[in-house]
Amino acid sequence: MTPAPATDKNLSVRLTDTTLRDGSHAMSHKFTEDHVRSVVRALDDAKVEVIEVTHGDGLGGSSFNYGFSLTPELDLVRAAVDEATNAKIAVLMLPGLGTIHDLNQAHEAGARVARIATHCTEADVSIQHFQHARKLGMETVGFLMLSHRTTPENLAKQARIMADAGCQCVYVVDSAGALILDDVSDRVTALVAELGDDAQVGFHGHQNLSFGVANSVYAARAGAKQIDGTLLALGAGAGNSPTEVLAAAFERLGIHTGVDVHGVMAAAEDIVKPIITRMPIMDRASIMQGYAGVYSSFLIHAERAAERYGVPAWQILEEIGKAGYVGGQEDMIIDVAVQLASGARVA
Amino acid sequence: MAKKTAAIVGSGNIGTDLMFKIMRRSKNLEVKYMIGVDPASDGLARAARLGVTTSAEGVDWLLAQDELPDFVFECTSAKAHEANAPKYKAAGIHAIDLTPAAVGPYLCPVVNLDSLQDVLNVNMITCAGQATTPIVAAVSSVVPVDYAEIVASIASKSAGPGTRANVDEFTETTAQALQVVGGAKRGKAIIIINPVEPPMIMRNTIYAAIPAEAAEPGELQDKIRAAIDEAVAKIQDYVPGYSLRVEPQFDSAREDWDGNGRVGVWVQVKGAADYLPEYAGNLDIITAAATRTADLLAERMDAAVSSTPVGA
Repeated sequence: MTPAPATDKNLSVRLTDTTLRDGSHAMSHKFTEDHVRSVVRALDDAKVEVIEVTHGDGLGGSSFNYGFSLTPELDLVRAAVDEATNAKIAVLMLPGLGTIHDLNQAHEAGARVARIATHCTEADVSIQHFQHARKLGMETVGFLMLSHRTTPENLAKQARIMADAGCQCVYVVDSAGALILDDVSDRVTALVAELGDDAQVGFHGHQNLSFGVANSVYAARAGAKQIDGTLLALGAGAGNSPTEVLAAAFERLGIHTGVDVHGVMAAAEDIVKPIITRMPIMDRASIMQGYAGVYSSFLIHAERAAERYGVPAWQILEEIGKAGYVGGQEDMIIDVAVQLASGARVA
Repeated sequence: MAKKTAAIVGSGNIGTDLMFKIMRRSKNLEVKYMIGVDPASDGLARAARLGVTTSAEGVDWLLAQDELPDFVFECTSAKAHEANAPKYKAAGIHAIDLTPAAVGPYLCPVVNLDSLQDVLNVNMITCAGQATTPIVAAVSSVVPVDYAEIVASIASKSAGPGTRANVDEFTETTAQALQVVGGAKRGKAIIIINPVEPPMIMRNTIYAAIPAEAAEPGELQDKIRAAIDEAVAKIQDYVPGYSLRVEPQFDSAREDWDGNGRVGVWVQVKGAADYLPEYAGNLDIITAAATRTADLLAERMDAAVSSTPVGA
């Protein structure tokens, strides 16, 4: 059921821009300090309040499995902190990959928002990290990744675990770009009902099936207070909900964001476009990610494996979807590609 | 020789699986005691049915017995083992530590047992450490390994509350062991918990940075393949479900790999299902490694006794 648009005028959301984190996937983690400074300056000028800067897979992501960072991520965080005048700098971390030690270093570098991500059914691995982030005085956000993989009711229970651990806003994260409209509002509604005043609810969308912005509107109408985007949609898979489109669409609907629409449009066009090495697009492989429910950051790794082993990326991703692999299991891509190349049955 | 006696401290999943493993697969050990803290635990009930002396009164009860065990297997928590370790030591009992406490040295029986002198307390690293350090050690026996990285994927149902509350300790301990046991200059470990149904069998991917020439076909590469095959065969001796998913994959040197090449090894660990289901290879490999370690230490103890002159 579509919530009534008449309520839009009373709504207000905070936009978090994650060009310098989720966009890092599309850049194969090759952002430089200059890139970071120019993007942060433009976003800060456009009154974006939270800017996320980390390796695409979060703190500690620089690795064989996810790709090595060209510039150490803490140097990028420090540059962002130095450049921002109003915006808070956020970092992402995935327990199992990043650690409390990494969180401490990010905090020392000036990060003030800790965004801690788990698979949508495994929230309890993040308890020690939320507790620690709060102890550091950081604002906390929880990411329930691949939210399409569980029901709204179960997702709400997982959100409760995060909130009880000290998370101040739990996100429905559509890591595969697989949720469509009511899928989003049902989940956001369930989380809002569960969390009440204990924590806010957020939404992070991808464009694999082209629903990033529409899903964000549905999320806001269902009570989400924080929404993620990236400039030019730069991000994993077919990219994220574009920050500049979110800002424009929300303003047209009367949903308050506080963001200067012209400013973010300029940031996308004038700052990010000249930097990026590939425009995110909905092609066969990335659409397959939305269709088969595959973690968006697998895309570039699947393309590389496709080239190395001579099997189509979309087919690798389809098999990954069937096997039910989750965020972080990029290592399985090569296994699947080798099996496909040898003609073996995979799953 | 007479079998050595073992006490299992901790009557949860790991302790119970270990009890079955020792009963079914150990040459040199018998389970004499099972110690818990919860009188209603399933593990204690099973142990009692199998004729093992059980107590829910903890380690102090064990140490007050007239007949102390030769080995104690710690299957509790790091904190509990830190408290218990000095007591075992004072009593002269060999401790095999399956918690991440690391009071004693990291040990993988097929890699570094022979080189350890002080074995009164040894630490079994982590499940991923048992599954991956032998592969890293195999590669570093042929070429220098500047960096090793592993990704362990385990089924959600096999990740107990201890693992979930301590993922940082898990990754940090495993990364350390890639260096100390595996011989890599730097180590990194990643753990993924996957809830897919039916549960996925434990998987480990091992990446090792290798010199550029070793990444190309030739003698060095053949030696690396042979060393990996040898390591796999040795582990299969006590973990029959340990296998390579695909042949090791060699990637040519890249600038963003500091000019190194890379070998990748994809491992599956299917458990023996002694108590826990087959998918829980992560739990199986650590109880199997602990059993193998104690078996080998038992032989070493007997050899030491028979070669020591009377009165020495």
